[in-house]
Amino acid sequence: MTIDVPTTGRSLPQLQPISFIGADGRLTDTPTEGLRIPSDATLTGLYRQMVLVRRFEAQVTHLTRQGRLATYPSAAGQEAAEVGATTALAPNDWLFPTYRDSAALLTRGVPVAEILAAFRGDWHCGFDPHEYHTSPAATPLATQTLHATGFAMAAKLKGEDAATLTFLGDGASSEGDTHEAFNFASVWQTPTVFVLQNNQYAISTPLREQTNATMLADRAAGYGMPGLRVDGNDVAAVFAAVSAALERGRNGDGPTLIECLTYRMESHTNSDDPTKYRDTEEVEHWKQFDPIDRLEKYLRQTGALDDARVAEVAEAAEALAASVRDAMNAEAEIDPRELFAHVYASPRTALTEQRQVLEAELAAAGHA
Amino acid sequence: MSVETGTDPTTDPTAVNAETATATSASNDGATPSSVTMTKALNQALRDSLADDDTVLVFGEDVGRLGGVFRVTEGLRAEFGSNRVWDSPLAESGIIGTAIGMAMNGMRPVVEMQFDAYAYPAFEQIVSHVAKMRNRTKGRVSLPITIRIPYAGDIGGVEHHSDSSEVYWTSTPGLTVVTPSNPADAYSLLRESIASDDPVVFMEPKSRYWMKETLSLPVTTAPMNRAQVIREGTDVTLLAYGPTVRTALETAEAGAEHGLSIEVIDLRTLSPFDDETVSASVRKTSRAAIIHEAAQFGGYGAEVAARLTERNFTFLSAPILRVTGFDVPYPSPKLEEFYLPTVERVLDALESWDWEL
Ligand SMILES: Cc1ncc(C[n+]2csc(CCOP(=O)(O)OP(=O)(O)O)c2C)c(N)n1
Repeated sequence: MTIDVPTTGRSLPQLQPISFIGADGRLTDTPTEGLRIPSDATLTGLYRQMVLVRRFEAQVTHLTRQGRLATYPSAAGQEAAEVGATTALAPNDWLFPTYRDSAALLTRGVPVAEILAAFRGDWHCGFDPHEYHTSPAATPLATQTLHATGFAMAAKLKGEDAATLTFLGDGASSEGDTHEAFNFASVWQTPTVFVLQNNQYAISTPLREQTNATMLADRAAGYGMPGLRVDGNDVAAVFAAVSAALERGRNGDGPTLIECLTYRMESHTNSDDPTKYRDTEEVEHWKQFDPIDRLEKYLRQTGALDDARVAEVAEAAEALAASVRDAMNAEAEIDPRELFAHVYASPRTALTEQRQVLEAELAAAGHA
Repeated sequence: MSVETGTDPTTDPTAVNAETATATSASNDGATPSSVTMTKALNQALRDSLADDDTVLVFGEDVGRLGGVFRVTEGLRAEFGSNRVWDSPLAESGIIGTAIGMAMNGMRPVVEMQFDAYAYPAFEQIVSHVAKMRNRTKGRVSLPITIRIPYAGDIGGVEHHSDSSEVYWTSTPGLTVVTPSNPADAYSLLRESIASDDPVVFMEPKSRYWMKETLSLPVTTAPMNRAQVIREGTDVTLLAYGPTVRTALETAEAGAEHGLSIEVIDLRTLSPFDDETVSASVRKTSRAAIIHEAAQFGGYGAEVAARLTERNFTFLSAPILRVTGFDVPYPSPKLEEFYLPTVERVLDALESWDWEL
């Protein structure tokens, strides 16, 4: 008996992560899988956004320590993945972020007060998803990967020129929904890009206890989709890879998995103690691969950045930090009656009755 | 309109009573009545919804070529094409999770969970996202998704094929939970669920799939958040839904022979609960019992008993009773007759009241 074995379409990602700009700020000699380095103008924009994001993360982390926010998961150190991937999106594309992706929301243009509403405790999602073409940040791990797939499927059925991008972590990649999303997206050939931010830890669990695979990008092959392993601290590589993957999706060629190798510089959230699960040497080691430093070095070499421009960007970052402080220092207006307003599209007697209970309590307490 | 239960309508007391039940509220366009099973009614509801609204999509495990394991989606793929009706990969969380994304992008997905217990892998997506998206986004994102779940037992199914999972959904704010007990309601309620901007868990009583009724489709019965008095009585109110409506009607017949006048209410929608209709009945009869197949502890009957007591305490002559499945995992086929609430068990329960009170 002979069995017809299909041989096309199977390939594993290269072991060496795709990278254009090395830690020293010089061009690398890594194979880049046919991708091209973005223009200096694009890179300058990415630089600016990464600086803003870093300042934003620092400011929010600081305000969290002061008790202004209930909790905050910072993406400091992951600026290249957050900014590079999100910037590649067209306005019509949709982003499906997680709790760690405030930097992506900022890049998408969501106002700071609306990004931080969830962490301050004002409301679960502070922005209008339709306005920013951005889904509420999902907290149950990996669930958003399916939403991105379904949204892209609808776009495909409607003939819309839109793709979706979703972020997930190395920990989330162990969840069943990740498998289901990879499979659905590939079977349905949806225009979806899965950006797996491998920041080496899921809270305290290190990668080697999360998976026994050589690399997470390898998984793509098992679903019949391309997988790329990218230096997640090289914004040029992230932007180029995600742009190409979005293009692929828009051309009807289906989903792509992109693993970004990166590192979380802060704790998981303000409530954990990272010294319990990693040592300072490791953190120091990763500092050498800082996404902003290396791009700055590179762009100074090409002449696209100089002291004046760097100072200007730093100033914009300070202004952003000030706006974050203002937004978080202003007391948000909260109307407890809203508890009942958005549970169902149609009115429900039981909720109307419960609302009356609350209103009576509010009136008794002298509330407006 | 007349109702048959499949094999021998003459010996099935449900037949007569369900007739009066639906005849009062049903309306149709005057087409010639014919014998319609619940499966056929559901199938027609899907067909009509697909025809009326381009954004309606039907997908799930085996719902395309095969027409679903209960044939509820039979013929729809051939008629509407595989862009509207298709077989999804086998993954329940995937089905619900992608339906969420589709609904965010303007679609009205109608998805099938193959059996009650096989919705459990999708529990997280249903409870954490389907139910909460509207609230999370202050009403900016609505998810008009209909989740069809064949549920409950009495079909001789092996393990995991007979669960009554309703309470997981009814105790989740944000979901509407509907369960028809007859073909006319099955049609009308499914049309309404698909048209609803709120997500609906649409529970189909498996043991009633083959129940026949003479009617002409399309049919519009009572609105989906209303319970219905389907048999009038003065001594006691029996509350039932889905598969146990038949048990309640049979009990009413049997009770009548003993001189007991039993009122029967088909709840039709479990969440929201129609306090008004049920309380009015209980105030009239002063006694009530609820029948369901699901286990008793923390079950739907507990909620019903509590809220009826809260609202009607002074009208009650006796505690509200629950006649339910036992607090054991749903049993094997050869044991299910001992598990399911029977007419005798309901009558015994009613007899346990001190009728002199
Ligand atoms: C289904 C689920 N289980 C557990 C959690 C609690 N939790 C929140 S973040 C996290 C770690 C996630 O790690 P990873 O996916 O690598 O993302 P990172 O936080 O590193 O960005 C855990 C376990 C959750 N949010 N959802």
